[in-house]
Amino acid sequence: MKSETIVNKKIAEEKKTITDANHNGNGTPKTEDGSAALVHENKDNQELIHSHITVKNLNVFFGNNHVLKDINISIPDKKITAIIGPSGCGKTTLLKSFNRLLDSTNGTKVTGQVLVDNEDVYDPKTEITHIRKKMGFLSQRPFPLPMSIYDNVAYGPKIHGLRKRKKLDEIVEHYLKSACLWDEVKDRLHTPATRLSIGQQQRLCLARGLAVEPLIILGDEPTSALDPVSSQRIEELFNSLKDSYTIAIVTHILRQAKRIADYVVFVYMGEIIEHGPAKQVFESPKEKLTEEYISGIIS
Amino acid sequence: MINRNLEESIFKILMKGASILIVGSLFLIVITILVKGLSAFNLDMLTKIPNGGFYIGKEGGVLNAIVGSLLIAGGASVIALIVSIPIVLFINLYINNKSALGNTIRLGYDILFGIPSIIYGAFGFTIMVYFGLKTSLLGGIITVALLVIPIMVCTMDEIIKTVPGELHEAAFSLGTTRLETSRLVLRQIYPGLITAVLLSFARGIGDAASVLFTAGYSDNIPFALDQPAATLPLAIFFQLGSPVQEVQDRAYAAALILTIVVLLISIIARISSKIFSKNIV
Ligand SMILES: Nc1ncnc2c1ncn2[C@@H]1O[C@H](COP(=O)(O)OP(=O)(O)OP(=O)(O)O)[C@@H](O)[C@H]1O
Ligand SMILES: [Mg+2]
Repeated sequence: MKSETIVNKKIAEEKKTITDANHNGNGTPKTEDGSAALVHENKDNQELIHSHITVKNLNVFFGNNHVLKDINISIPDKKITAIIGPSGCGKTTLLKSFNRLLDSTNGTKVTGQVLVDNEDVYDPKTEITHIRKKMGFLSQRPFPLPMSIYDNVAYGPKIHGLRKRKKLDEIVEHYLKSACLWDEVKDRLHTPATRLSIGQQQRLCLARGLAVEPLIILGDEPTSALDPVSSQRIEELFNSLKDSYTIAIVTHILRQAKRIADYVVFVYMGEIIEHGPAKQVFESPKEKLTEEYISGIIS
Repeated sequence: MINRNLEESIFKILMKGASILIVGSLFLIVITILVKGLSAFNLDMLTKIPNGGFYIGKEGGVLNAIVGSLLIAGGASVIALIVSIPIVLFINLYINNKSALGNTIRLGYDILFGIPSIIYGAFGFTIMVYFGLKTSLLGGIITVALLVIPIMVCTMDEIIKTVPGELHEAAFSLGTTRLETSRLVLRQIYPGLITAVLLSFARGIGDAASVLFTAGYSDNIPFALDQPAATLPLAIFFQLGSPVQEVQDRAYAAALILTIVVLLISIIARISSKIFSKNIV
């Protein structure tokens, strides 16, 4: 198993680090902070470096409610990671903590670090818009922006400074095609996005997210509002996208996790009980709780 | 069982009674104004300024008051809009919604909302005396703006709360700044904004007490901000106080005009919010 290699072999590890650093070189401006974090990381925990997202000692409180407890995890690159666990265990909170969507909620306190390409998301000095741009986010209920289909996809590139109409046209077409929506909407690009069906809206949201050229896709139960056929399309899409993107999705459907996940994170009452390659977690879980959850004893 | 059925029928009677009361009183008001106003109504009322003094004169029209009212209510709505949007965005998007600051601002506009318009009038008057200003169009606009700002903030605050959190999440995750997200939120509540503005306009155009000491009254159409301006509510008030029967009737004609203006605004509000909600979830 590839993922096991990543965990076990330190040499392979370091090679990956180098490639990753190169990769950062063209996308992200290397700040002093970034390199400092890198050094700090090296002696701290080698295993964490290669992934786009690394979470360290993360704690989240909603008022007095301690929702996430000491989370340490890294999300593997170019794979589909499924975050599973019973309702209310903190899956959504964990996912939103990755791109600091939590600070739009009230009374939230976050401690610890989330490193995205070695930049700490929670460092006040970090410019959050440019980190968020690296992560497309799909919510449980698709939410098209209040504008046309075309403008929904073009919105992201526009706010990041792209003005050329021709280029925008190309982008819109390209990402609508990536999201398998182009054929259904190409004749009504300038009609309100809200007139699409829910399944189409979710694919539009995906296209909108992809259009800002993220490296990571986060999905919070992205298929839960969809019918079986639309869900299957989204799953297929994720499968085809994982060669170029790091994908993390929350799901409460175990069968879905089994179908598409390469890596699994099991969360229970705000703690990560177990994480590992999907095959290992599903077939021979190390923890009793995981086993009970997977076999349906707890839910 | 009998008791529960009895309860049910008593409550039904109550509901029906209340509904009839509200529709009935609207009907009565409109009928009264129509009956009394139509007899004195003619095209001159709309197109001419008063002739021979509004108080005893039976000639001419109330164009001065129509223009004055539209200018004051329009100007006040624009000012109120410019002030209200930043307030509402600030308490909903820039600071913690339930923080002490947010609550203080909300308490503030709640109290202002409850203050009677005559007090705004008196306040405006005091300020104008302090600065040595005479009653004028500008004085009226500013006082009415003060009156409608709390209404507008309150309405918008309620509307903005209905925007689902997913919009913020969708926007932020594309890498928007707070200002860009605010713009999206405004787009989302656009129909609501129009409703808020038109409600404030309707409230502003109908208020007499706030303009009584601040806008003054004049038989002429105001052509500059420092000229006194007549308003429809005051035209009604002064004409009703006249000892001459024909002038009293003209008050009802002015009331008819005011009612029609407000009615038109409500209809425009309904239609425009339908048109503009096409892009909205
Ligand atoms: N904005 C909030 N304010 C206060 N508490 C919250 C807030 N959001 C979530 N919580 C609490 O945090 C805990 C974790 O919530 P979260 O939404 O992350 O669960 P979840 O695992 O996604 O559940 P589900 O599968 O039902 O979506 C819950 O106990 C919830 O009540
Ligand atoms: Mg959830």
